[in-house]
Amino acid sequence: MAETVERRILGRMSPSDEEIVINFGPQHPSTHGVIDFVTQTNGEIIRRSVPDIGYLHRGMEKIGETVGYPGFMPFTDRIDYLAAMFANEGYAMAVERLLKIDVPPRAKYLRAIAGELCRISNHWVAVGTMASDIGASTPLTHALREREAINDLLEELCGARLTFNYARIGGVSFDAPEGWGEKILNYLEHLESYIQEYDRLISLNQIYVKRLANVAVISPDQAIAYGLCGPNLRGSGISWDARRDLAYGAYPDFTFDVPVGQGKMGAVGDCWDRYAVRVLEMRESAKIIIQALAKLPEGEIMAKVARKPKPEPGEAIGRVESARGTMCYYVVSDGSEKAYRVRVRTGSFMAMGIIEEMSQGLMIADLIALIASLDVVAPEIDR
Amino acid sequence: MKITSALDSTSLTTRYPKTALLTTLFFMVALPFVLYLVLLLMLPFNRPEALDAVAQRLGWDLAHSTFRDTWYGAILLVEATFVALYTAVFAGVTTWVERRIAGRMQSRIGPNRPGVFGFISWVADAFKMLFKEDLIPAEADRLLFRAAPYFSMVGLTLPFVVLPFGESVVVADLNVGVFYLTATSAFIVVGILVSGWASNSKWALFGAVRGAAQVVSYEIPAGIAIMVPVMMAGTLSMQGIIRAQGGWPWQWFACQNPAAFVAFFIAMTASLAEGNRTPFDLPEAESELVAGYHAEYSGFRIALFLMVEWANMWIMGALAVTLFLGGWQIPGVSVEMINQTRGTDVFPTLVWFGWQSASLLVFAIKTWLLVILFIWLRWTLPRVRVDQMMSLCWKYLVPGAFACFIFTLFWVMVPASVHLVSGVVISLGVALLLVKFALRTRKNIAQVKGARVDLSNW
Repeated sequence: MAETVERRILGRMSPSDEEIVINFGPQHPSTHGVIDFVTQTNGEIIRRSVPDIGYLHRGMEKIGETVGYPGFMPFTDRIDYLAAMFANEGYAMAVERLLKIDVPPRAKYLRAIAGELCRISNHWVAVGTMASDIGASTPLTHALREREAINDLLEELCGARLTFNYARIGGVSFDAPEGWGEKILNYLEHLESYIQEYDRLISLNQIYVKRLANVAVISPDQAIAYGLCGPNLRGSGISWDARRDLAYGAYPDFTFDVPVGQGKMGAVGDCWDRYAVRVLEMRESAKIIIQALAKLPEGEIMAKVARKPKPEPGEAIGRVESARGTMCYYVVSDGSEKAYRVRVRTGSFMAMGIIEEMSQGLMIADLIALIASLDVVAPEIDR
Repeated sequence: MKITSALDSTSLTTRYPKTALLTTLFFMVALPFVLYLVLLLMLPFNRPEALDAVAQRLGWDLAHSTFRDTWYGAILLVEATFVALYTAVFAGVTTWVERRIAGRMQSRIGPNRPGVFGFISWVADAFKMLFKEDLIPAEADRLLFRAAPYFSMVGLTLPFVVLPFGESVVVADLNVGVFYLTATSAFIVVGILVSGWASNSKWALFGAVRGAAQVVSYEIPAGIAIMVPVMMAGTLSMQGIIRAQGGWPWQWFACQNPAAFVAFFIAMTASLAEGNRTPFDLPEAESELVAGYHAEYSGFRIALFLMVEWANMWIMGALAVTLFLGGWQIPGVSVEMINQTRGTDVFPTLVWFGWQSASLLVFAIKTWLLVILFIWLRWTLPRVRVDQMMSLCWKYLVPGAFACFIFTLFWVMVPASVHLVSGVVISLGVALLLVKFALRTRKNIAQVKGARVDLSNW
């Protein structure tokens, strides 16, 4: 009889009389979706916590092989519903490379604006749920209120508030509506002043800082060894950002900083650093949007693409800097209307690997802080 | 965005039908105020002579009847029932207040459906809880699981025996009042521990053990800090401690003695921890332990636990008001003045009742302000970690409380004029801080650009 996952994990644990094994999840208020953290603890001190994933596996990659190239686009939304713009964009980029299409500059700019708005909205959820996991529920509702404003803007652009389905192979689905840029600039002015208030409310709150500083410190070497990416990698002090270092889309045209963890409150790579990187990234995204709106070129928003594209046999990779790290689509074509293989590499999945090592010796409340600081989203882990 | 307030008088009558307004008014005024009124009117019956007088007027010689003690006991039982009811009504109203304040702080609406401003929602919640299925987990210790909420209930109701409401409105002015209160309120943790153990759930067990460690630890700084006003008043009686203070802020213990000022904050922090309120809500830490010790409870039993938690805020607030903030003392009115108006009759004069209700009001307002402070803290602060909670207690609060204790030993020897100077200086300093706080808050609010205040649906 095949060994179940639980049995395998429990077998590795072999708790002594002093210890108990407890399931953090799959239904738990702070696991950010259906994930199970099988945790061996001695009282409040955790001996080891092993993530048991797969509760939300929907076979996305297999679906990508059966629905045809344009048909897979709405499915990519569901891979990361909090940052769906990037999931769209990454897939579109991979297929565009297969088809050897040049995307019109206006479409590239619109992707960048929509993407950065989406990044701000995602980071609001990330910093809000983090505060909520630490026990303060007010920052979460404030963050969600800010996110609603961005959802309104994106709804005006593409009609959807969560699963945008905005990017198309060869461009984007809708042009920016009249007066949209003005509304964005108004919001960004509010955002800048509101982030200051948010910092006063929670980021610099002494209880909050003490809960996060020096907790679950991920060294730069560990971050690279475990393949962390995005804000989690930058939180450990490594300046790597696909937008700057791979210079895809419209990003070479903009100047922006890549915030990294500096260990302001404790050691470099602690939970507070990963949190602070996200707050700072919202400001950088705002900078990018302002530049993109100023330079937004006129012209087409779609390249000429066949209704049922048949790429030459070959393979292509689309890499974008998603809100949760570098999101990577690997698409293989056999010359037919449908992809031969679609594979997705996501930031949340990479972040799960490090939990077993980092959790050793943490307290129960710290494990929650660690999971929250990695900003994982269950559907992105399982796909 | 146009900012409209739900408090506009025109909108109130148009927004709600007359029946809704009247029902809300009934619950809002009738329940809490009738409770207070009954407590007031029953005051003379604390003495059997009042009962005799009433019976005599009805033409019945109760004073020489064999049933005199039975009747007296029955009247006291009614009085006790009303005091116990007070906890339930207070807990209910506080859930509404807390949810409204939380809604406002979190820029959402909060309960606004049943009754005007959603005031009846707490009554609706209570009924909902009663009709919910009362589940006992299969593997639970059934007897202890059922018994646990009552341990907490006992811990909640017993302190009301000595808690004062007004100048003469108190169930019993025990000469060991403060000691009795700290001893009986510790019963709540027995309920927490028993419920966590009996639930046979790991989450509940974690919560229970955390709760036991926390409450037992914080009893120590709380106990020492409470000794500061006890020493200053020279009595353990709650009413005695209040009588030793005055109505004006500079006559309060918290202002009269710098050490008492510190002890006030130590006692408040400790009582937050004992009441399991944020930032010390570790036993039921939602994001860590799901619901902690009451994770397995439902229906009426969870209602009891929640009622204990909210009504406990009254005890926390009332204790701090009694010990440090002058209790029911009315500014400019001395206790002698009130006593002179009583008259020599068995039934006191109407003026005396007036002063009693004034003292009731003063005490209630002060306590409500502290309760609102607790609510405000809960919706602002994150939660501390277990080790931080312990180190705060043993490394800072216990030595701090001891220092206050030692300081007060010497302070009681300095002349009263020094107490007055200290009282004026500290109360002025606190007033200045409050003004500065208000100005700073206004500046911070103005600094955020763009409309965000919308009270139209509040």
